[in-house]
Amino acid sequence: MSTAAILPPRRLIARTLGAPGAMAGSVILVVLVIGAVFASLLSPYDPNATRVCPRLAAPSLAHLFGCDLFGRDIFSRILHGAQLSLAVGLLTVAISLVAGTIFGMVIAFLGGRIDRIGVRMLDVMLGFPAIVLAILIVAVLGVGAFNAALAVGISGIPRIARVVRSATLTLVGREFVDSARAVGAGQTRILRRHLLPNLMPIVIVLGSLDLGTAILSTATLSFLGLGAQPPQAEWGAMLSAGREFMRYAPWTMIFPGLALFLAVMSVNLVGDRLSHILDPRASKHD
Amino acid sequence: MTDAPLLAVEGLSVAMGGVPVLEDVSFSIAPGETLGLVGESGCGKSVTALSIMRLLPDPPGRITAGRILFDGVDMTSLDIKALRAIRGDRIGMIFQEPMTSLNPVFTIGDQIGESLIVHRGLSGAAARAETARLLDLVGIPAAKKQLGRYPHELSGGQRQRVMIAIALACSPRLLIADEPTTALDVTVQAQILDLIGRLRVEFGMAVLLITHDLGVVAEFCDRVAVMYAGRLVEEAPSARLFANPRHRYTEALLHTMPAANPPGRKLPSISGAVPAPADRGAGCIFAPRCGFALPRCASELPPLTDPPHRLRCWNPAA
Repeated sequence: MSTAAILPPRRLIARTLGAPGAMAGSVILVVLVIGAVFASLLSPYDPNATRVCPRLAAPSLAHLFGCDLFGRDIFSRILHGAQLSLAVGLLTVAISLVAGTIFGMVIAFLGGRIDRIGVRMLDVMLGFPAIVLAILIVAVLGVGAFNAALAVGISGIPRIARVVRSATLTLVGREFVDSARAVGAGQTRILRRHLLPNLMPIVIVLGSLDLGTAILSTATLSFLGLGAQPPQAEWGAMLSAGREFMRYAPWTMIFPGLALFLAVMSVNLVGDRLSHILDPRASKHD
Repeated sequence: MTDAPLLAVEGLSVAMGGVPVLEDVSFSIAPGETLGLVGESGCGKSVTALSIMRLLPDPPGRITAGRILFDGVDMTSLDIKALRAIRGDRIGMIFQEPMTSLNPVFTIGDQIGESLIVHRGLSGAAARAETARLLDLVGIPAAKKQLGRYPHELSGGQRQRVMIAIALACSPRLLIADEPTTALDVTVQAQILDLIGRLRVEFGMAVLLITHDLGVVAEFCDRVAVMYAGRLVEEAPSARLFANPRHRYTEALLHTMPAANPPGRKLPSISGAVPAPADRGAGCIFAPRCGFALPRCASELPPLTDPPHRLRCWNPAA
């Protein structure tokens, strides 16, 4: 952990790209991000404009990915969907990471009864399948892309918190925490200055590995009609809308599915590589 | 050495998870004095040090009786805020393991500067200048350039020097050194002890040196306190204790020193092992291992005699 934690960003990036899988993942991810960021410039059509082409028209040069039931250009919708999917995925991960890290770190640091109660709470949350918990939260908050992100984010907290808690427990036992106390540092200072930076490699890896799951889970909620609402272009919602025409117009499902698959795979490839580099046992041999 | 003690530990008892690990430990340190606290592993030396700083994790550790007077203030009655104001400012502490006592993700400059920022309210630039001065003081060359280095880039001896710089940052009145040289090579040990000795004079601070190395104590300390299984068994000025150890445990311990034996002869050892805290009898805890035990030793706890040579033994050496 000691060497990984202080790896300068430039070297971290260089080493991430050193592996073919992560390199491929990064390229796909960059393409997706560019597509998302410049969606309005790159889209040949307005994603929500209907009847720009015949209903369920097959892919052609004018409409690369074909058209959906309402005659909307699927390629344009996928680009705009990337925007939503990536933003929602990032928001989701941010929610799980920030809350999970703080929760796990604080209960482990305070220990005793607080830790025991905290762990019980995590156990209860983990007892629910994450997606069921997310559906429950959406049911309370109401449907929508933002609420879906919030729901998936909250349901991801216990997994992060549990890992961060155990990592913190090993750190709290290390002597440098005692020596920080011996210098007169207060609780918040120790948490912020001594524990958090040491946890960062783990948090980064958890976040990168979670991003794929988050994109998939929010798409799942949209597929179920609990996330993004029509006419918003969202991959999960597009899959859901296309499923009735799978036999006649498979492109309505293939392209959103492919986009989802590529996004999740690229994020996971990069995440795996990051965890490999930041793992102190593995970092020496690559 | 006749004025009011800087640190007075009075009848300190500590329990870990309900099991007593320190019982009725008393000693004092005058300003500028060096006291060596010696004993085998597990006899309670480090627990004593942590208790003074009130750093003993609670639970399981608990101070069950006694007072710790630092500069006349009872540390056991202070709240966390008052304790923090003392820790690192008026009492500095060096830990045994310089490899793990430094935070791996911060530069040594940051870590030395921490107590300056916490206690002195120094800002970045002022803290850096002071930090460089401290590094210079503990004998790390080209101090300014070293500030940006990380702990893993330093050798064990250098890290211990950094630890000393951290401990001394606010010119404490008392330095607690918990086996500061145990993890180091012999040659580096001597350098580190020299450094602590020199800085002690320079800063006029008292030192509580915890060690199991009797040679270090003989060379370095004004007085020695010997602990055995959570109790103080003997305490005397160093010269006197080494010339005339009276407690049978101290005596046996001195016999095990390599320097006390002619070369080529097998070193004597003390048979048996320190009893676990849970099964210590009513009498002298050393009695089962003692070659001079009297019948009463097993049943009656000998009282601690008065200074200058304090002793807890029914059948002491002459």
